[in-house]
Amino acid sequence: MKRRKFDAAALPAKTAGAVDDRFQVATPLRKLLNKVFPDHWSFLLGEIALFSFVVLLLTGVFLTFFYEPAMTEVTYDGSYAPLRGTPMSAAYASSLDISFDVRGGLIMRQMHHWAALLFMAAIVVHMLRVFFTGAFRKPRETNWIIGSLLFWVGFLAGFTGYSLPDDGLSGTGLRIASGIILSIPVVGSWVSSSIFGGEFPGMIIISRFFIAHVLLIPGLLVALISVHLGLVFKQKHTQWPGPGRTNENVVGERMFPRYALKQGGFFMVVFGVIALMGGLFQINPIWYFGPYEAWVVSAASQPDWYVMFLDGSTRLMPGWEISIPIGDGYVIPPLFWPTVVLPGILVGLSTMYPFLEARRLKDYKHHNLLQRPRDVPARTAVGAMAVAFYVVLTLSGGNDVIADKFHISLNAMTWAGRVGLLVIPPLAYYVTYRICLGLQQHDREVLAHGVETGIIKRLPDGRFVEVHQPLTSADGHDGHAPALDYVGWVVPKKMNRLGALGPAIRGFFYPIEKPAEAPVSPGHPPVEPRAEREEVGSGESRR
Amino acid sequence: MSTHTEHQAPQGPEPVDVNDPRLSRFEIVQEGARRDDIEIVHYEEQVVPGSKAERRLTRTVALMFLLTGVAATAFLVIYIWWPWQWEAGRGGDKLYTPLLGLTLGLALLGVGFGILTWGKKLLPKEVSIQDRHDQGGNPEDRKITGETMLYLADELGVKRRPLLGISLLAGLAPVGAVAAAPLIGGLIEQPHKNNQMFTTGFAPAEGGEKIRLIREDGRPIRPADVSVGGQLTVFPGIEGGVSNRHADSPTLLIHLREDDAQKSRAANERKGRGDFMWGNYVAFSKICTHAGCPASLYEQQTNRLLCPCHQSQFLITDNAKPIFGPANRPLPQLPIEVDEEGFFVARSDYTETIGPDFWERP
Repeated sequence: MKRRKFDAAALPAKTAGAVDDRFQVATPLRKLLNKVFPDHWSFLLGEIALFSFVVLLLTGVFLTFFYEPAMTEVTYDGSYAPLRGTPMSAAYASSLDISFDVRGGLIMRQMHHWAALLFMAAIVVHMLRVFFTGAFRKPRETNWIIGSLLFWVGFLAGFTGYSLPDDGLSGTGLRIASGIILSIPVVGSWVSSSIFGGEFPGMIIISRFFIAHVLLIPGLLVALISVHLGLVFKQKHTQWPGPGRTNENVVGERMFPRYALKQGGFFMVVFGVIALMGGLFQINPIWYFGPYEAWVVSAASQPDWYVMFLDGSTRLMPGWEISIPIGDGYVIPPLFWPTVVLPGILVGLSTMYPFLEARRLKDYKHHNLLQRPRDVPARTAVGAMAVAFYVVLTLSGGNDVIADKFHISLNAMTWAGRVGLLVIPPLAYYVTYRICLGLQQHDREVLAHGVETGIIKRLPDGRFVEVHQPLTSADGHDGHAPALDYVGWVVPKKMNRLGALGPAIRGFFYPIEKPAEAPVSPGHPPVEPRAEREEVGSGESRR
Repeated sequence: MSTHTEHQAPQGPEPVDVNDPRLSRFEIVQEGARRDDIEIVHYEEQVVPGSKAERRLTRTVALMFLLTGVAATAFLVIYIWWPWQWEAGRGGDKLYTPLLGLTLGLALLGVGFGILTWGKKLLPKEVSIQDRHDQGGNPEDRKITGETMLYLADELGVKRRPLLGISLLAGLAPVGAVAAAPLIGGLIEQPHKNNQMFTTGFAPAEGGEKIRLIREDGRPIRPADVSVGGQLTVFPGIEGGVSNRHADSPTLLIHLREDDAQKSRAANERKGRGDFMWGNYVAFSKICTHAGCPASLYEQQTNRLLCPCHQSQFLITDNAKPIFGPANRPLPQLPIEVDEEGFFVARSDYTETIGPDFWERP
């Protein structure tokens, strides 16, 4: 029998055919390759969170190979001389070993920490983008709720994570956490002793936090992130209004090749930035803090940035205790309100917001077009109010450092925070509302009268007026261009947005292309180039 | 899937036969997009093939990829040969992690920006429009699915045979409890075992023997060891007293100046603690009554003790009453005296609860 020649060129097609025979993937794959994504820089913020999460998983797995989640007391004898001979927990000793005795361990630890900070930051910024553009409206409420939950689950991931090294700083954080749990009415002491396995600190909390940090919480995060992305995919991304864009379509690029390529490149860039930060910027130098000892703390003990708002609320809360004179007497300590009740309210408000807004506006339609923040002043102002609230709390979380660096009385900082927390958010609401209205007004003005050219014309009767360049040349009645309708998108407000300057010449040191002519839009007369003029001066040359 | 294409077909100009050999590859791609309700309305090369601009961009991208190769190689070289073990002073090991970060960062940024430039500058720009179809599902399908589910309920016949439903619930509810029981039962700890929340390491030993105050290094303390205006963190002189096993026991021993001591004594007497001080020495719990941090910043001039975590301030001369910040309860005071050998001992345990407040604190 004649042997058939092996044809390498036909191999991919043959394999693809064989795969499709078995799994029928051609049709779904075509749909996937073809899926259209709208593009805007602000749509990439959530991706930063996703990519940081991937880095977290990669570096985190590395760290588990060397970390020992145990509180058994050992005597340190690693290479970091200043701590040699110090009794400490095995967890802290192994964290020191990761930093000093595992080759490349320190950069992995620091990348892990920076990636966590970036993860939370990207979540917050992405959430603000979604909020201020109204991307959370129907049909995307579910994804908004999942997103807010991701913040809180990420918060837990961060807290359990930075408690693991069991150094002086993280032990203090744990101590405060146990105080917070104790403050819960009725069940506080039971919950605390159940979590810590007895009285604080016990011997088990580190191994419990470890399993939560490396299995339970990441599992939850992976599940939530998958559903989050799946819903973005299923419901298709929102888009800004613009030419050809409607509520019923998506205008953008197909997923392959350009969109996917850009995503891949962006992932590498995020990864690279985290690597640079992990290598160049020190974070959480646990060897300076020493092992956790219940009687040692230093000033300027701050948690990671996303926990600081809770620290701030705790600092600002006055020492109001509620005592209930029944039997031996019961207490609701002041710690309960800023650390248990406040986050509860925040979770409730943030997750329910889409429904609250829809109810208030009686708006139950599908929305796939985004809104500019200025066009919805009430929502934007509420958002600004929330941001102001958060910022005051976060700054108060570091008020001892501010007081120290700027030589302000610590008590004055606390009082400023207490007053600021009540005064600044409403102020932010009012100011934002007015700014939104002003911006709206200006958009309408430009649409009606055109762009300010900066050219002053003297009329025959001696008046001076500024020449406006109308945005349309179509003649309305009485010789003026008709006012254009606002369509929810950027209104050009500078002459070079209309092509008055012509495109920039490309090339860094020398032009690489002949400068193109300024584009002339059809039906729109080009703006005349500026006439060469002689300098009007005193006659004396300045040079 | 096939229903989709069928319903799509009448929309387009006319169905395209993808097996037509005259079709270019791009035309087939366009037809595929059309079948997914996508119209490619604009498709434009960004660089003319073979132009100077294309060659230049290709070189730029290639350069970035090569930079990645160089940086990654440098990473490996540094990883293997650079001195990395910690040594005191300013050894080369201090540069190990920064150099790793720099080379790894450059390697990743090189490939990242290379891919980005490739995608953004060299690939054709396009504008495609895809229909969303998100205004609810097909009403007929809704109806069919709804009826199917109701049909399932009918077939199960829970309505006609209620006993089945009730007995299933009655059977499953304990199963759910079985799942929860080991978790809750295993974790739960009685918080008041051995009265642990209300006692510290200073509780007198079984024989009524009083517990000494010791330093961090374990030595007992004579009054002369603390100078006037000075303070010292002290621990119960028991097994594990200077460790986190007795995290609620660390105490601040303060030697007050004469006038402050008088104020303090007067305040003590108002509270019926006339015998809590010894001479001008006073001892307060170091564990903040707010959130449990050590309240350890003692300001000698004003006799205030500040907790650095949330800035609660306690006035030592007034029974450590909270005078600023979020704390609501004074720091508990330890009654002290000096034994026959001249060392400080605790006359009894604390008379109040140590540390953060909780519901059943009396």
